Amino acid sequence: MVEYRIDRRSGVATYLQIVQQTKQALRMGLLEPGDRLPTAREVVEATAINPNTVLKAYRELEREGLVEARRGLGTFVRATLGTAAPAGSPLRGELDAWARRARAEGMDREDVAALFTAVLAQHFEGDDEK
Amino acid sequence: MSTTTALGAELLGKKYGGRRGGWALRACDFALPAGRICALVGPNGAGKSTLLALAAGLLRPTEGTLTAPAREDLAYVAQAKPLHPRLTVADTLRMGRELNPGRWDDAAALRVVEGGGFSSDTLVHHLSGGQRTRVALALALGKRAELLLLDEPMADLDPLARHQLMGLLMADAAERGTTVVMSSHILTELEGACDHLMLLAGGRVRLDGAVDDLLAAHALLRGPVADLAPHRVVDARTTGRQLTALVRREGPVEGPWETSEPSLEELLLAHLRNPEGAPA
Repeated sequence: MVEYRIDRRSGVATYLQIVQQTKQALRMGLLEPGDRLPTAREVVEATAINPNTVLKAYRELEREGLVEARRGLGTFVRATLGTAAPAGSPLRGELDAWARRARAEGMDREDVAALFTAVLAQHFEGDDEK
Repeated sequence: MSTTTALGAELLGKKYGGRRGGWALRACDFALPAGRICALVGPNGAGKSTLLALAAGLLRPTEGTLTAPAREDLAYVAQAKPLHPRLTVADTLRMGRELNPGRWDDAAALRVVEGGGFSSDTLVHHLSGGQRTRVALALALGKRAELLLLDEPMADLDPLARHQLMGLLMADAAERGTTVVMSSHILTELEGACDHLMLLAGGRVRLDGAVDDLLAAHALLRGPVADLAPHRVVDARTTGRQLTALVRREGPVEGPWETSEPSLEELLLAHLRNPEGAPA
Protein backbone atom coordinates (compact mmCIF):
# COMPACT_ATOMS: atom_id res chain seq x y z
CA MET A 1 0.00 0.00 0.00
CA VAL A 2 1.19 3.48 -0.76
CA GLU A 3 0.71 6.59 1.34
CA TYR A 4 0.47 9.98 -0.32
CA ARG A 5 2.07 13.13 0.95
CA ILE A 6 0.39 16.27 -0.31
CA ASP A 7 2.38 19.50 -0.41
CA ARG A 8 0.00 22.42 -0.75
CA ARG A 9 2.83 24.88 -1.38
CA SER A 10 4.58 22.96 -4.14
CA GLY A 11 2.67 24.62 -6.97
CA VAL A 12 2.05 21.15 -8.47
CA ALA A 13 -1.65 20.33 -8.81
CA THR A 14 -2.74 17.99 -6.05
CA TYR A 15 -3.99 15.29 -8.41
CA LEU A 16 -0.63 15.35 -10.22
CA GLN A 17 1.18 14.85 -6.91
CA ILE A 18 -0.83 11.66 -6.43
CA VAL A 19 -0.10 10.54 -10.00
CA GLN A 20 3.61 11.24 -9.60
CA GLN A 21 3.90 9.58 -6.21
CA THR A 22 2.10 6.49 -7.51
CA LYS A 23 4.50 6.31 -10.45
CA GLN A 24 7.43 6.77 -8.13
CA ALA A 25 6.16 3.88 -5.99
CA LEU A 26 5.82 1.77 -9.15
CA ARG A 27 9.37 2.60 -10.22
CA MET A 28 10.76 1.80 -6.81
CA GLY A 29 8.90 -1.49 -6.64
CA LEU A 30 6.84 -0.34 -3.64
CA LEU A 31 3.75 -1.10 -5.70
CA GLU A 32 3.49 -4.20 -7.84
CA PRO A 33 0.86 -5.55 -10.24
CA GLY A 34 -2.12 -6.80 -8.27
CA ASP A 35 -1.59 -4.39 -5.38
CA ARG A 36 -4.59 -2.30 -4.40
CA LEU A 37 -4.31 1.48 -4.24
CA PRO A 38 -5.88 3.07 -1.14
CA THR A 39 -9.56 3.92 -1.55
CA ALA A 40 -10.57 7.54 -2.06
CA ARG A 41 -11.97 7.46 1.45
CA GLU A 42 -8.67 6.29 2.89
CA VAL A 43 -6.69 8.92 1.00
CA VAL A 44 -8.93 11.87 1.89
CA GLU A 45 -9.25 10.86 5.52
CA ALA A 46 -5.44 10.92 5.80
CA THR A 47 -4.78 14.00 3.67
CA ALA A 48 -7.94 16.14 4.04
CA ILE A 49 -8.10 16.76 0.30
CA ASN A 50 -11.17 16.67 -1.92
CA PRO A 51 -12.35 13.17 -2.93
CA ASN A 52 -12.72 14.19 -6.58
CA THR A 53 -9.02 15.03 -6.68
CA VAL A 54 -8.17 11.43 -5.79
CA LEU A 55 -10.62 10.09 -8.36
CA LYS A 56 -9.15 12.39 -11.01
CA ALA A 57 -5.64 11.09 -10.24
CA TYR A 58 -6.81 7.47 -10.41
CA ARG A 59 -8.58 8.12 -13.72
CA GLU A 60 -5.35 9.54 -15.10
CA LEU A 61 -3.38 6.49 -13.92
CA GLU A 62 -6.04 4.27 -15.47
CA ARG A 63 -5.87 6.20 -18.76
CA GLU A 64 -2.15 5.54 -18.83
CA GLY A 65 -2.79 1.83 -18.34
CA LEU A 66 -1.03 1.65 -15.00
CA VAL A 67 -4.01 0.75 -12.85
CA GLU A 68 -7.52 -0.57 -13.32
CA ALA A 69 -10.67 0.07 -11.34
CA ARG A 70 -12.59 -3.06 -10.43
CA ARG A 71 -16.12 -2.22 -9.58
CA GLY A 72 -16.85 -2.56 -5.89
CA LEU A 73 -13.36 -3.86 -5.16
CA GLY A 74 -11.05 -0.91 -5.63
CA THR A 75 -8.27 0.25 -7.90
CA PHE A 76 -5.48 -2.22 -8.66
CA VAL A 77 -2.03 -1.93 -10.15
CA ARG A 78 -1.77 -3.43 -13.65
CA ALA A 79 1.74 -2.65 -14.73
CA THR A 80 5.11 -1.71 -13.40
CA LEU A 81 6.98 1.34 -14.60
CA GLY A 82 10.40 1.29 -16.11
CA THR A 83 12.96 -1.25 -15.11
CA ALA A 84 13.02 -0.33 -11.49
CA ALA A 85 16.56 -0.39 -10.24
CA PRO A 86 16.25 -1.71 -6.71
CA ALA A 87 19.00 -1.34 -4.15
CA GLY A 88 21.89 -3.58 -5.16
CA SER A 89 21.28 -3.47 -8.93
CA PRO A 90 24.27 -2.61 -11.15
CA LEU A 91 22.73 0.63 -12.50
CA ARG A 92 22.02 1.91 -9.06
CA GLY A 93 25.46 0.89 -7.87
CA GLU A 94 27.13 2.83 -10.69
CA LEU A 95 25.05 5.91 -10.03
CA ASP A 96 25.82 5.61 -6.35
CA ALA A 97 29.57 5.53 -7.07
CA TRP A 98 29.24 8.42 -9.49
CA ALA A 99 27.39 10.55 -6.91
CA ARG A 100 30.08 9.80 -4.35
CA ARG A 101 32.78 10.90 -6.80
CA ALA A 102 30.87 14.07 -7.69
CA ARG A 103 30.67 14.97 -4.06
CA ALA A 104 34.33 14.20 -3.45
CA GLU A 105 35.16 16.59 -6.30
CA GLY A 106 33.38 19.35 -4.43
CA MET A 107 30.06 19.49 -6.30
CA ASP A 108 27.09 20.35 -4.16
CA ARG A 109 23.60 18.90 -4.42
CA GLU A 110 22.32 21.56 -6.82
CA ASP A 111 25.33 21.24 -9.13
CA VAL A 112 24.77 17.51 -9.29
CA ALA A 113 21.05 17.89 -9.88
CA ALA A 114 21.67 20.40 -12.68
CA LEU A 115 24.22 18.15 -14.33
CA PHE A 116 21.97 15.12 -14.00
CA THR A 117 19.02 17.01 -15.48
CA ALA A 118 21.15 18.20 -18.40
CA VAL A 119 22.37 14.67 -19.18
CA LEU A 120 18.83 13.32 -18.84
CA ALA A 121 17.57 15.92 -21.30
CA GLN A 122 20.33 14.95 -23.75
CA HIS A 123 19.51 11.24 -23.66
CA PHE A 124 15.76 11.33 -23.39
CA GLU A 125 15.01 14.31 -25.56
CA GLY A 126 11.61 14.07 -27.16
CA ASP A 127 10.47 11.14 -25.02
CA ASP A 128 7.05 11.56 -23.55
CA GLU A 129 7.56 12.74 -19.98
CA LYS A 130 4.57 10.76 -18.88
CA MET B 1 -21.48 13.44 -12.40
CA SER B 2 -24.90 14.34 -11.09
CA THR B 3 -26.38 17.69 -11.95
CA THR B 4 -28.95 17.73 -9.17
CA THR B 5 -28.95 21.00 -7.28
CA ALA B 6 -28.29 20.57 -3.57
CA LEU B 7 -28.78 24.23 -2.69
CA GLY B 8 -30.17 26.93 -4.93
CA ALA B 9 -31.25 30.56 -4.74
CA GLU B 10 -33.09 32.93 -7.02
CA LEU B 11 -32.94 36.65 -6.35
CA LEU B 12 -32.54 35.78 -2.71
CA GLY B 13 -32.46 38.70 -0.31
CA LYS B 14 -32.47 39.12 3.45
CA LYS B 15 -33.03 42.38 5.24
CA TYR B 16 -32.70 42.66 8.98
CA GLY B 17 -35.15 44.88 10.81
CA GLY B 18 -34.50 47.01 13.85
CA ARG B 19 -31.51 49.18 14.47
CA ARG B 20 -29.02 47.02 12.56
CA GLY B 21 -31.43 47.06 9.64
CA GLY B 22 -30.28 46.85 6.06
CA TRP B 23 -29.74 44.26 3.40
CA ALA B 24 -27.46 41.47 4.56
CA LEU B 25 -27.94 39.65 1.26
CA ARG B 26 -29.33 40.92 -2.00
CA ALA B 27 -30.08 39.45 -5.42
CA CYS B 28 -28.27 36.19 -4.84
CA ASP B 29 -28.54 33.64 -7.64
CA PHE B 30 -26.75 30.32 -7.52
CA ALA B 31 -27.25 26.59 -7.96
CA LEU B 32 -24.82 24.40 -6.08
CA PRO B 33 -24.61 20.92 -7.65
CA ALA B 34 -25.01 17.96 -5.30
CA GLY B 35 -21.79 16.37 -4.11
CA ARG B 36 -19.71 19.54 -4.21
CA ILE B 37 -17.53 20.71 -1.35
CA CYS B 38 -18.15 24.44 -1.45
CA ALA B 39 -16.01 27.08 0.22
CA LEU B 40 -18.15 30.06 1.16
CA VAL B 41 -15.72 32.91 1.50
CA GLY B 42 -15.80 36.66 1.84
CA PRO B 43 -14.83 39.45 4.17
CA ASN B 44 -16.46 39.90 7.57
CA GLY B 45 -20.03 41.06 7.18
CA ALA B 46 -20.31 39.76 3.62
CA GLY B 47 -23.44 37.76 4.43
CA LYS B 48 -21.92 34.28 4.82
CA SER B 49 -23.63 33.45 8.12
CA THR B 50 -26.91 34.90 6.91
CA LEU B 51 -26.80 32.72 3.81
CA LEU B 52 -26.07 29.58 5.86
CA ALA B 53 -28.84 30.35 8.36
CA LEU B 54 -31.27 30.91 5.46
CA ALA B 55 -30.20 27.60 3.90
CA ALA B 56 -30.72 25.88 7.26
CA GLY B 57 -34.24 27.29 7.44
CA LEU B 58 -33.51 29.30 10.58
CA LEU B 59 -34.16 32.60 8.83
CA ARG B 60 -36.82 33.47 6.29
CA PRO B 61 -35.87 35.21 3.06
CA THR B 62 -37.12 38.79 2.77
CA GLU B 63 -37.35 38.32 -0.98
CA GLY B 64 -36.60 35.70 -3.58
CA THR B 65 -36.54 31.96 -3.15
CA LEU B 66 -34.21 29.40 -1.72
CA THR B 67 -34.21 25.69 -2.52
CA ALA B 68 -32.72 23.44 0.13
CA PRO B 69 -33.29 19.89 1.40
CA ALA B 70 -35.86 19.33 4.16
CA ARG B 71 -34.73 20.08 7.71
CA GLU B 72 -34.18 16.40 8.53
CA ASP B 73 -31.92 15.97 5.49
CA LEU B 74 -29.51 18.74 6.34
CA ALA B 75 -27.22 19.49 9.25
CA TYR B 76 -26.21 22.97 10.29
CA VAL B 77 -23.35 23.87 12.59
CA ALA B 78 -23.60 27.49 13.67
CA GLN B 79 -20.56 29.62 14.32
CA ALA B 80 -21.19 29.71 18.08
CA LYS B 81 -21.58 25.88 18.20
CA PRO B 82 -24.66 26.04 20.44
CA LEU B 83 -24.92 22.91 22.58
CA HIS B 84 -26.67 22.30 25.85
CA PRO B 85 -24.04 23.20 28.50
CA ARG B 86 -25.47 20.93 31.23
CA LEU B 87 -25.43 17.75 29.16
CA THR B 88 -22.46 15.41 29.02
CA VAL B 89 -20.90 14.58 25.68
CA ALA B 90 -22.49 11.11 25.81
CA ASP B 91 -25.92 12.61 26.54
CA THR B 92 -25.50 15.09 23.70
CA LEU B 93 -24.82 12.25 21.28
CA ARG B 94 -27.71 10.25 22.72
CA MET B 95 -29.93 13.25 22.03
CA GLY B 96 -28.65 13.23 18.45
CA ARG B 97 -29.62 9.58 18.12
CA GLU B 98 -33.08 10.15 19.55
CA LEU B 99 -33.77 13.20 17.40
CA ASN B 100 -32.74 11.34 14.26
CA PRO B 101 -34.41 7.94 14.51
CA GLY B 102 -33.62 5.56 11.70
CA ARG B 103 -30.72 7.54 10.27
CA TRP B 104 -28.33 8.19 13.15
CA ASP B 105 -24.85 6.69 12.75
CA ASP B 106 -23.20 6.21 16.12
CA ALA B 107 -19.86 5.09 14.67
CA ALA B 108 -19.61 8.22 12.49
CA ALA B 109 -20.32 10.46 15.48
CA LEU B 110 -17.84 8.64 17.72
CA ARG B 111 -15.07 8.88 15.13
CA VAL B 112 -15.33 12.68 15.36
CA VAL B 113 -15.33 12.79 19.16
CA GLU B 114 -12.37 10.41 19.43
CA GLY B 115 -9.05 12.17 19.61
CA GLY B 116 -10.60 15.22 21.25
CA GLY B 117 -8.85 14.55 24.54
CA PHE B 118 -11.98 14.44 26.67
CA SER B 119 -14.10 11.61 28.05
CA SER B 120 -17.71 11.13 27.10
CA ASP B 121 -18.93 11.93 30.63
CA THR B 122 -17.50 15.47 30.43
CA LEU B 123 -20.10 18.23 30.65
CA VAL B 124 -20.33 20.33 27.49
CA HIS B 125 -19.95 23.32 29.80
CA HIS B 126 -16.40 22.19 30.61
CA LEU B 127 -15.24 21.71 27.03
CA SER B 128 -12.84 24.07 25.27
CA GLY B 129 -13.94 25.87 22.11
CA GLY B 130 -12.24 23.33 19.88
CA GLN B 131 -13.73 20.42 21.80
CA ARG B 132 -17.22 21.90 21.43
CA THR B 133 -16.60 22.16 17.71
CA ARG B 134 -15.83 18.44 17.71
CA VAL B 135 -19.08 17.59 19.46
CA ALA B 136 -21.08 19.86 17.14
CA LEU B 137 -19.47 18.22 14.08
CA ALA B 138 -20.10 14.78 15.60
CA LEU B 139 -23.82 15.63 15.77
CA ALA B 140 -23.76 16.82 12.16
CA LEU B 141 -21.94 13.74 10.81
CA GLY B 142 -23.94 11.33 12.98
CA LYS B 143 -27.09 12.65 11.35
CA ARG B 144 -25.96 11.39 7.92
CA ALA B 145 -27.34 14.50 6.25
CA GLU B 146 -27.34 15.13 2.49
CA LEU B 147 -26.20 18.68 2.99
CA LEU B 148 -23.81 19.92 5.66
CA LEU B 149 -23.88 23.65 6.38
CA LEU B 150 -20.86 24.59 8.46
CA ASP B 151 -20.31 28.16 9.62
CA GLU B 152 -16.61 28.74 10.34
CA PRO B 153 -16.17 25.10 11.35
CA MET B 154 -12.39 25.25 11.67
CA ALA B 155 -11.99 28.55 13.51
CA ASP B 156 -11.46 27.10 17.00
CA LEU B 157 -9.34 24.12 16.04
CA ASP B 158 -5.61 23.59 16.35
CA PRO B 159 -3.81 22.51 13.14
CA LEU B 160 -3.85 18.82 14.02
CA ALA B 161 -7.55 18.76 14.88
CA ARG B 162 -8.29 20.81 11.77
CA HIS B 163 -6.52 18.28 9.57
CA GLN B 164 -8.18 15.32 11.26
CA LEU B 165 -11.70 16.76 11.17
CA MET B 166 -11.34 17.98 7.59
CA GLY B 167 -10.18 14.44 6.76
CA LEU B 168 -13.31 12.99 8.36
CA LEU B 169 -15.53 15.44 6.49
CA MET B 170 -13.87 14.52 3.20
CA ALA B 171 -14.16 10.82 4.01
CA ASP B 172 -17.88 11.25 4.63
CA ALA B 173 -18.20 13.07 1.30
CA ALA B 174 -16.20 10.35 -0.48
CA GLU B 175 -18.38 7.62 0.93
CA ARG B 176 -21.84 9.16 0.71
CA GLY B 177 -21.56 11.99 -1.79
CA THR B 178 -22.49 14.54 0.87
CA THR B 179 -22.71 18.15 -0.26
CA VAL B 180 -20.80 20.46 2.07
CA VAL B 181 -20.89 24.24 2.35
CA MET B 182 -18.20 25.62 4.66
CA SER B 183 -17.66 29.26 5.40
CA SER B 184 -14.39 30.86 6.35
CA HIS B 185 -12.59 34.09 5.85
CA ILE B 186 -9.30 32.19 5.73
CA LEU B 187 -9.12 30.55 2.35
CA THR B 188 -6.06 28.43 3.07
CA GLU B 189 -8.16 26.50 5.59
CA LEU B 190 -10.31 25.27 2.76
CA GLU B 191 -7.98 25.15 -0.21
CA GLY B 192 -7.42 21.60 -1.36
CA ALA B 193 -10.59 20.35 0.28
CA CYS B 194 -13.03 22.41 -1.76
CA ASP B 195 -13.92 21.90 -5.40
CA HIS B 196 -16.44 24.74 -5.52
CA LEU B 197 -16.15 28.34 -4.51
CA MET B 198 -18.69 31.00 -3.68
CA LEU B 199 -17.39 34.46 -2.90
CA LEU B 200 -19.73 36.88 -1.17
CA ALA B 201 -18.98 40.56 -0.81
CA GLY B 202 -21.38 43.21 0.39
CA GLY B 203 -24.27 40.76 0.42
CA ARG B 204 -23.84 39.74 -3.21
CA VAL B 205 -22.43 36.72 -4.97
CA ARG B 206 -19.22 37.90 -6.63
CA LEU B 207 -17.89 34.54 -7.81
CA ASP B 208 -19.56 31.16 -7.95
CA GLY B 209 -18.45 28.01 -9.68
CA ALA B 210 -16.26 24.94 -9.76
CA VAL B 211 -12.76 25.90 -8.64
CA ASP B 212 -11.14 24.46 -11.79
CA ASP B 213 -13.54 26.39 -14.05
CA LEU B 214 -13.02 29.65 -12.16
CA LEU B 215 -9.24 29.34 -12.35
CA ALA B 216 -9.33 28.46 -16.05
CA ALA B 217 -11.60 31.44 -16.76
CA HIS B 218 -9.01 33.86 -15.43
CA ALA B 219 -5.45 34.65 -16.36
CA LEU B 220 -2.62 36.40 -14.61
CA LEU B 221 -0.65 38.67 -16.94
CA ARG B 222 2.73 40.24 -16.37
CA GLY B 223 4.55 42.40 -18.85
CA PRO B 224 4.58 45.79 -20.53
CA VAL B 225 1.66 48.16 -20.13
CA ALA B 226 -0.71 47.61 -23.03
CA ASP B 227 -4.40 47.52 -23.79
CA LEU B 228 -6.00 44.53 -22.08
CA ALA B 229 -9.20 44.49 -24.16
CA PRO B 230 -11.21 42.39 -24.84
CA HIS B 231 -10.43 40.73 -21.50
CA ARG B 232 -12.25 42.00 -18.46
CA VAL B 233 -9.85 43.43 -15.93
CA VAL B 234 -10.49 42.30 -12.37
CA ASP B 235 -7.38 43.80 -10.85
CA ALA B 236 -4.44 45.66 -12.38
CA ARG B 237 -1.33 47.32 -11.03
CA THR B 238 1.46 49.11 -12.83
CA THR B 239 4.96 49.50 -11.45
CA GLY B 240 7.05 51.66 -13.74
CA ARG B 241 6.66 50.06 -17.15
CA GLN B 242 5.47 46.76 -15.81
CA LEU B 243 1.86 45.74 -15.66
CA THR B 244 0.47 42.99 -13.47
CA ALA B 245 -3.16 42.20 -14.11
CA LEU B 246 -5.69 39.54 -13.33
CA VAL B 247 -8.29 39.30 -16.07
CA ARG B 248 -11.30 37.24 -16.84
CA ARG B 249 -10.41 35.92 -20.26
CA GLU B 250 -12.47 36.51 -23.36
CA GLY B 251 -10.90 33.95 -25.66
CA PRO B 252 -7.19 33.22 -25.78
CA VAL B 253 -4.83 35.78 -24.33
CA GLU B 254 -2.58 37.22 -27.02
CA GLY B 255 -0.18 39.99 -26.22
CA PRO B 256 3.27 40.82 -25.01
CA TRP B 257 2.59 39.37 -21.56
CA GLU B 258 3.74 36.38 -19.65
CA THR B 259 0.52 34.54 -18.91
CA SER B 260 -0.24 32.09 -16.12
CA GLU B 261 -3.20 30.61 -14.33
CA PRO B 262 -3.76 32.36 -11.02
CA SER B 263 -3.80 30.50 -7.74
CA LEU B 264 -7.09 30.42 -5.87
CA GLU B 265 -5.71 32.91 -3.39
CA GLU B 266 -4.61 35.34 -6.12
CA LEU B 267 -8.03 35.08 -7.70
CA LEU B 268 -9.83 35.83 -4.44
CA LEU B 269 -7.57 38.69 -3.44
CA ALA B 270 -8.01 40.30 -6.86
CA HIS B 271 -11.78 40.16 -6.54
CA LEU B 272 -11.77 41.34 -2.93
CA ARG B 273 -9.58 44.32 -3.78
CA ASN B 274 -12.04 45.38 -6.45
CA PRO B 275 -15.51 44.94 -5.05
CA GLU B 276 -16.99 47.15 -7.79
CA GLY B 277 -15.28 45.23 -10.59
CA ALA B 278 -16.97 43.08 -13.18
CA PRO B 279 -19.26 40.65 -11.38
CA ALA B 280 -18.91 36.95 -12.12
